[in-house]
Amino acid sequence: MDAIETVPANEVPQGGPDMLVRGALQFITFTIGAEEFGVDIMVVREIKGWTDTTTIPNAPAHVRGVVNLRGVIVPIFDLRARFGMGMTEPTRMHVVIIVSVEDRTIGMLVDTVSDIISVAPAAIRPVPEMGLSIESNLLEGLATLDDRMVTLVSLDGLFGTHRDPIIPDDAAAPQVLQPN
Amino acid sequence: MQKRVMAVDDSKTMRDMVVFTLTEAGFFVESAEDGQKALSALNTMAVDLVITDLNMPIMDGISLIRNLRADPRHRAVPILMLTTESDPEKKAEGRAAGATGWLVKPFNPEKLVELANRVCV
Amino acid sequence: MAAIDQFKNTYFEECSELIEALYAHLTDFAEGRSDCDTMHAVFRAVHSIKGGGGAFGFERLVQYAHTFETLLDILRSQGLAPSAETTSLFVVSTDILADLVDAARGDRDLPPGFEDETAALLEKTAAQFDRRTRSLPEPAEASEPVACERDYDIVFAPHPDLFKRANEPLLILRELKRLGEARIEADLGSLPDLSEIEPEQAYVGWHIALRTSVPRSAIDEIFDFVRDECDLSIVERPLPNAVREEAARQPAAAVSGGLESARSEQGSPRSIRVDVEKVDRVVNLVGELVINQAMLSQFSGALPPDLCPGLVNGLETLSQHLRELQESVMAMRAQPVKSVFSRMPRLVREVAGQLGKEARLVVTGEATEIDKTVIEQLADPLTHLLRNALDHGIETPEEREAAGKARQGTIHLSAGHRSGRIVIEISDDGRGINRAKVLAKAEERGLIAPSASLSDEEIDGLIFLPGFSTAENVSSISGRGVGMDVVKRNMQALGGRITVESRFGAGSRFNLSLPLTLAVLDGMVVAVGAETYIVPLTQIRESLRPVEGDIHPVIGQGDLLAIRGDYVPLLYLHRHFGVADAVTDPCRGTVVIVESEGEGRIGLAVDELLGQQQVVVKSLETNYGPVEGISGATILGNGRVALILDIGGLRKAAVPSRPAPSFVAGAGAPDNLH
Repeated sequence: MDAIETVPANEVPQGGPDMLVRGALQFITFTIGAEEFGVDIMVVREIKGWTDTTTIPNAPAHVRGVVNLRGVIVPIFDLRARFGMGMTEPTRMHVVIIVSVEDRTIGMLVDTVSDIISVAPAAIRPVPEMGLSIESNLLEGLATLDDRMVTLVSLDGLFGTHRDPIIPDDAAAPQVLQPN
Repeated sequence: MQKRVMAVDDSKTMRDMVVFTLTEAGFFVESAEDGQKALSALNTMAVDLVITDLNMPIMDGISLIRNLRADPRHRAVPILMLTTESDPEKKAEGRAAGATGWLVKPFNPEKLVELANRVCV
Repeated sequence: MAAIDQFKNTYFEECSELIEALYAHLTDFAEGRSDCDTMHAVFRAVHSIKGGGGAFGFERLVQYAHTFETLLDILRSQGLAPSAETTSLFVVSTDILADLVDAARGDRDLPPGFEDETAALLEKTAAQFDRRTRSLPEPAEASEPVACERDYDIVFAPHPDLFKRANEPLLILRELKRLGEARIEADLGSLPDLSEIEPEQAYVGWHIALRTSVPRSAIDEIFDFVRDECDLSIVERPLPNAVREEAARQPAAAVSGGLESARSEQGSPRSIRVDVEKVDRVVNLVGELVINQAMLSQFSGALPPDLCPGLVNGLETLSQHLRELQESVMAMRAQPVKSVFSRMPRLVREVAGQLGKEARLVVTGEATEIDKTVIEQLADPLTHLLRNALDHGIETPEEREAAGKARQGTIHLSAGHRSGRIVIEISDDGRGINRAKVLAKAEERGLIAPSASLSDEEIDGLIFLPGFSTAENVSSISGRGVGMDVVKRNMQALGGRITVESRFGAGSRFNLSLPLTLAVLDGMVVAVGAETYIVPLTQIRESLRPVEGDIHPVIGQGDLLAIRGDYVPLLYLHRHFGVADAVTDPCRGTVVIVESEGEGRIGLAVDELLGQQQVVVKSLETNYGPVEGISGATILGNGRVALILDIGGLRKAAVPSRPAPSFVAGAGAPDNLH
């Protein structure tokens, strides 16, 4: 089990799930390539294996399509592609993490899911300025566990409605009336 | 003279609703979240009406009613029970314990005022 | 007061029901169907709205309701039913009350003083009634007395233990007195000597002679808490025959007065409230079950027939049960059309008033049930059609008289089921469609070729063309630039049709036909490369495999398909949707000719048709967002998602900013008949 930082009594934040350490946040960690990421466990609905999606026409590359999740149409986002690390070539061994953001249900395609960690809020460091190619609000911070670094993703930043709509305005307009 | 009411219910929403409704109707309302606290409060004040839920922790409504009726100071205070339709046994128990009347939840605020006025001298 | 807010929803729901009941009762008054209890029910309804409104601090609503209630109280305590004029006042007052409720809910803004005129009228009327004493109803203001007052002999003899539960007979007697005229006599027969009196025991009983017009249930209610602890008898005495003509009617009502008067508040079929979301969830799950079962059937079909006959039979039975289950579940979401129809009488009243016309609305078939998805979309088209009937159909009272018609026009609104669809008719006895004018206007607007010859029906259908009604034609009533073409488009978006029949001078009838539900769609499954799409069947005109000679490029910017002398633009779905590995030569695939919104046809070039299927429509927007050219999604029997094409959207994308239809080219008759 990973070491868990304890929090001095006067730093205990209000509310939050009652964990091994009062005030700690729990994350589900997953991998993309060699990197480890974490997502707030409170928003995770389920974890399933990759299944073929139905393509959405003229959607950005990181939108793999939609699947049927017990009668609900859920879009699947390729997180590797979203982070600009290339397209995933999914197999049945790949994992889709179903999360709920605001009142939407969406799925994130990742490589594998590792485990659940508890992190005290005080132990989360902000992502330092490093000239990343993605918007800064996609990542919430960095958590350190022993010698592991877990990059915490921000679902609001990735999928919230206050930011860019899912369909960027630069999506190519369809060119239909071209000669054959 | 302004009539005084004690409203007892473990649900804050219910308490707020009763307090609000009766205050608007001119009553002075105190509230408690269980029978024990209600009895404690009634040690130092007298009321003209007690309105109580039946299902509460620590001391439930039936026990509260029994305690009140056993106490010479509160033997004659009108007591209204807040009941749910699906529990006729509780209601009968409450009446046997000495409740004056009842009001079915969820209640119409206007009905509450009507009944409060009906049993409160 | 955030905690109170959760009660607000319940309150507003209650208000809706009460207002609906109010209108129903007032209609009873207007049509002479009222009885004793109707007035009380009307009073109670307004009283309840006021009470709840007070609990939430809706000052304006409470104040107005109070004025309304005061007049109602006066009438009911005098046992009077309202005259025709007063009933009309009540109807308008209820309109205002409903508006104030909407304002309290935050749905609209009402200018200050909005209710003042009606409130003043209510007060004035109340003052008039107040002057009269109960025993002298004056015929002048024409309120008919309803013989509602009854005499009761009440014997209330508390048991000795009555005080144990802190009940107080004094309060009970006071309440009785508030119900009407009461004569109370104490019965001291059980009272022992002073020395023997136990202070906490009850000895005194009472005889009460009560004359009241409240229903028996109200009297019973006062004794609710003490019923077990007393001897109680409430007996009705027959009325002295001096007073009212309608006394003969009353004995029947009086006898049943002892029973809980079902009409006033209950009287609706047993029902429970269920969250719409819960029902939708069940609908989804059942849809899933059906897909599952289809897959199972498929697998079992692949087995050797004798391997497990029990399995095959079992699946067959399962399939039947599921079909029934699906029907039952879809029926759950069906609501009576009444919820949409109920707003219409008021609309007709108001619009007729604004136009200076006299008209009444006769509604039938309100109990017809339609899936809620369709109902919600009906309000706009219905509103528009009714406005149109009043604006262009019904003539002014003078014109009508001159034409030998009754001054008051009649509009019929009806709903019914017919061959698996919902049919709604709106007919009026107005002036009908003036075909000569319509023809002239259509020619003028370039919608038809000059000297085109059209049948009567075709001429009537011209009114649905876009561009037919323009600013000058559109009054502020039918207004906002909305025309019949929009109504037709709305109907088509619902998968419905609208047609009109008319006789000049006699009136018109609009027929709307709608599918039973929007949640289910008949679709044609088509393949484009590895993708599958659904084309709504109602929008398919035909499908064919073209030959090379039929395809004509136009200035290198698009292809047209020649069909029977007409040209249809081609939309290559594989290009539009960016699908790889599809059939690119339409002559080796299939072209599906589709049409939407009467805007002309387009041809969709696909690989092949995979078959027809009824599909359950699911939202793509909920979790993803709008996709141009796609109207929704569905789940096929193999569990995969298929996207449903939005024909109108595709057309817009394929043929941007094109104005009108092929009518200008004179090709083909106006398209109004399907």
